[in-house]
Amino acid sequence: MLGPQSSLVMYDEEYQRILLLLERLLRESNSKVIFLVDKNGQLIAATGETANLDTTSLASLTAGNIAATGGLAKLIGEKEFSILFHEGEKDNIHISIIGGRVILVVIFDQRSSLGLVRLRVKKASNELAIVFEDLVNKTEQEAISSSVPSPFAEITDDDIDNLFN
Amino acid sequence: MSFINYASREINCKIVYYGPGLCGKTTNLQFIYNKTAEESKGKMISLATETERTLFFDFLPLALGEIRGFKTRFHLYTVPGQVFYDASRKLILKGVDGVVFVADSQEERFDANIESLENLKDNLDEQGFDLEKIPFVIQYNKRDLPNVSSVEELSELLNPRKVPELEGCAMSGEGVFETLKAVAKLVLNDLKKDG
Repeated sequence: MLGPQSSLVMYDEEYQRILLLLERLLRESNSKVIFLVDKNGQLIAATGETANLDTTSLASLTAGNIAATGGLAKLIGEKEFSILFHEGEKDNIHISIIGGRVILVVIFDQRSSLGLVRLRVKKASNELAIVFEDLVNKTEQEAISSSVPSPFAEITDDDIDNLFN
Repeated sequence: MSFINYASREINCKIVYYGPGLCGKTTNLQFIYNKTAEESKGKMISLATETERTLFFDFLPLALGEIRGFKTRFHLYTVPGQVFYDASRKLILKGVDGVVFVADSQEERFDANIESLENLKDNLDEQGFDLEKIPFVIQYNKRDLPNVSSVEELSELLNPRKVPELEGCAMSGEGVFETLKAVAKLVLNDLKKDG
């Protein structure tokens, strides 16, 4: 499981595995949009009808939402609320926590149902959790072996100044 | 904590603006939002009360450009400054990469600054961070007002560690980008250390 303080690193191989799982979940649950967010509010991956959607804001608000409900849970002696559901007139949002740190968000309308989404999410969550576990192991190994030099090891002050010009 | 995405060649960092109520955290973000080119910014989100006091947080995503082939994105957050919103403040600090403490320079807010800084230390501690170690800068805001404490006085009390400190006037934008740049520099240098 990912610890709360460890940096999240995403590699191409795992990213592709995650995308495949999300695309399959999108099909099997008949949903509109699916995205994965880090608990800190960073968008990890998204699929579906994302063209007119502000996914960055959605990611940040989802993480805020999970953080706030997590705070509520603690106040009443629960560890966390692992599933949140918001029902709208047309669209609904199903939010669940995977592996303690990643948030899976499914947006669906009347073409699907809460029952179907819950069922498919459960299956996909287990598979996604495995990918994230692999990711953590890989990140740890990379950190130990340092075979691939970090692209940030040689950042200069000029590089940083250039960002602000 | 930063999120390094090798698949999309992006790096995301989270910066939190902290400080006592009405010190100008949201004003800092608003100025940055107004002065940033359309293509470099996302929507600014403010979860505020009807009287425009921050209730949960403000959020502003910024794309600053590329470093070594990686798109550099900063997510700027503010916390609600009012004392009784402490539970919310703790949540915003999760996964933070760098902190800006916005101090209110007015004499009558001297104690509020100290209280807020102590609160920051405690809340970071709870999240497993050490204020002494994380990228941290201080902005002395509202320097344009008549009843302000001297920078020396503020610095002595709020900045014993001598982190980068800047004078600001967030309403007119003075010192706002300088502050952002100072904290961004520390955050990116921190990445370098980890790398």
